[in-house]
Amino acid sequence: MNEAKPIGGKIWTMPFLFLTAIVILAVFFLAERFLFGLGSVTNMNDSYPWGIWIAYDVVIGTAFACGGYSMALLVYVFNKGEYHPLVRPALLASLFGYTLAGVSVIFDIGRYWQAYNIMIPSKMNFHSVLLEVALCIGTYVLVLWVEFAPAVLEKVRAERQLAKLNKVIFVFIALGVLLPSMHQSSLGTMMLAAGHKLSPLWWSKSLPMLFLISAMTIGYAVVVFESTVAALAFKRPLETGMLSKLSGLIPWLLGGYLLVRLQDINGAGLLPLAFSGGLQGNMFLLENLLLLGALLLLIYPINRSSPRMLFIAALLIMAGGGLYRLNVYLIGYDPGTGFHYFPSAPELLVTFALIAVEIMGYTWFVKRFPVLPAVKHA
Amino acid sequence: MRIRRRDFLKGVVSGTALTVLGRPELAAAAHRGRRDTPGALGILYDATLCIGCQSCVVACKKANDMPPEHSGSEGIWDNPRNLSASTMNIIKKYQHGDGRQKDDSNGYSFVKRQCMHCLEPSCVSACPVSALTKDEETGLVRYNKDNCIGCRYCQVACPFNIPKFEWDSPTPEIVKCQLCSHLLEKGGISACCSFCPTGASLFGPVSELLREANRRLHMEPGESYEFPVADISGRTPSQVQVHKAGTYVSHIYGEHEVGGTQVLYMAGVPFEKLGFPELPDESYAMISDGIQYAIYKGMIYPVAVLGGLLYMVSKRSGGDKGEK
Ligand code: SF4
Ligand code: SF4
Repeated sequence: MNEAKPIGGKIWTMPFLFLTAIVILAVFFLAERFLFGLGSVTNMNDSYPWGIWIAYDVVIGTAFACGGYSMALLVYVFNKGEYHPLVRPALLASLFGYTLAGVSVIFDIGRYWQAYNIMIPSKMNFHSVLLEVALCIGTYVLVLWVEFAPAVLEKVRAERQLAKLNKVIFVFIALGVLLPSMHQSSLGTMMLAAGHKLSPLWWSKSLPMLFLISAMTIGYAVVVFESTVAALAFKRPLETGMLSKLSGLIPWLLGGYLLVRLQDINGAGLLPLAFSGGLQGNMFLLENLLLLGALLLLIYPINRSSPRMLFIAALLIMAGGGLYRLNVYLIGYDPGTGFHYFPSAPELLVTFALIAVEIMGYTWFVKRFPVLPAVKHA
Repeated sequence: MRIRRRDFLKGVVSGTALTVLGRPELAAAAHRGRRDTPGALGILYDATLCIGCQSCVVACKKANDMPPEHSGSEGIWDNPRNLSASTMNIIKKYQHGDGRQKDDSNGYSFVKRQCMHCLEPSCVSACPVSALTKDEETGLVRYNKDNCIGCRYCQVACPFNIPKFEWDSPTPEIVKCQLCSHLLEKGGISACCSFCPTGASLFGPVSELLREANRRLHMEPGESYEFPVADISGRTPSQVQVHKAGTYVSHIYGEHEVGGTQVLYMAGVPFEKLGFPELPDESYAMISDGIQYAIYKGMIYPVAVLGGLLYMVSKRSGGDKGEK
């Protein structure tokens, strides 16, 4: 019933060529980075040791890659089997998001040739939040590939391997729910250590919880986004029925999230700071208004059944949720040294290139492998 | 089939639980240092005694093989403006108003900046690969480049922005003061203190430095007193000088900040003016450690959740191929 099918079609389209060009350019800058150091291509400095390669590629990128997580949670934990057709495309997007976040870390860390140190027990520091994040994300990338493997095995008709894999895949599915719950919340815990350097508009003991809820919410938004874009790009029917039912969940998550956020800020007497008109205050307002906008849209069932409104709400959540993370990692972070950070052009280009690879990979897979549900007629 | 799956499930859960619970490190308390142990070493910097001669800056560079930095137009002098990957110790000048009176908020003051060697160091707690460690005996926070992966989380975590990174190197390292640990091992003291001509930078056991600082706080401003110079640890011959006591702000910076530090400060000018942040007594690292520890203690919660998930998923994905 849930048959998925390759959608076929040409790979080397014009957009595909354009994305390839971005990737080739980025490779040159990366070569420079590896030859002359991070300072030669990025604007990161001792005051802003993390730039967009961490804030976007890892922190926001993995949230945008939470579709697979959110769907698995729904289908397997809350037993909503009817959403099954959405799982595989969501997994594919997650697969690329997470894999490339992992790759971007190698570009970013200074002593990448020693990266394997995080796997040496005698060197591991079990108090480090980053250790947990790194190991968790690393394992989850592997889990995602295994979870997605049936699509590849079906394609090559490896029946026996497929049958074998299907017997143990539940272990990977379970890990696929556990691991993101762990590292997505830890991405929030991580910035607790920044202490006074992170504006009180974001520094709060609720960081882990807020990161976890926002990851789930963004996950559902991404599923809506990706399904809509895929339908438009590949001229397939919209999956509005399923999406509108799915998005009935989102107001609950968003409502909970915004309540915790408001309670935190109001409880600490920070509302005046939020309305003080500075960059941080404005970004705080914008971030929450975007999410509030999505909440107000999705509360009404009539909006939930409109593909356009659904899509807009999804965009609002991705923008608001993404901005929240950007604020926690960059805009709200100020070590008070008088230095500032804005990404350099090559830095941005590398980030664009990673997004390009994600889009190219996704397109190639859905055209050649059984990912998207087969269209009944047409 | 069913039975086998259940056995497998049990195996996974108990196996994971055993391997993880077996780790004693996980149960150990955080890297909390103590300054009342006799071995804990540090520095007391007294801004009222500092004459801004930069001897310590030069001595530090020499002792640690650091290249000079130029910030002027001449390019002759080594005059770094800030701590950097080639400057681990610096003397800065605070100036305000007419800038004439030394150690007055409306005048000027010098201030030394370097790693504070925190008792509960955020950098150590942050580092995923134990490249930064707190020495069990001396409490000094040391760096090991063979462990470091260059993630720079230590920079994000340090409340004093101390660790610096070699941005322009293809094989970058983290650079920060290790309190001349290499000299201490040979029975010496840190270069900055041994070359300080006035005793403004004083080396010694932290508990004694704290006692000395309290003695100074009780001095009558303008009266003459004896001040120890360079070292009160007994590692080098003791020296004293007579100085007129300054007017101190009654606060020893580092006594309580973020759980306390082994490098302590006294000054005649409020510390915020000297670039020191106002900090809570609790280390931020302890807060995140605490949350992390509560969730992951012995990995019991994660393993329990995994167990539950395995059960639910195995029940629900079972129907995947056939029925649905
Ligand atoms: S001052 Fe910073 S670098 Fe030095 S021990 Fe404390 S946290 Fe670590
Ligand atoms: S940059 Fe090196 S020393 Fe600093 S936290 Fe990362 S691995 Fe540890």
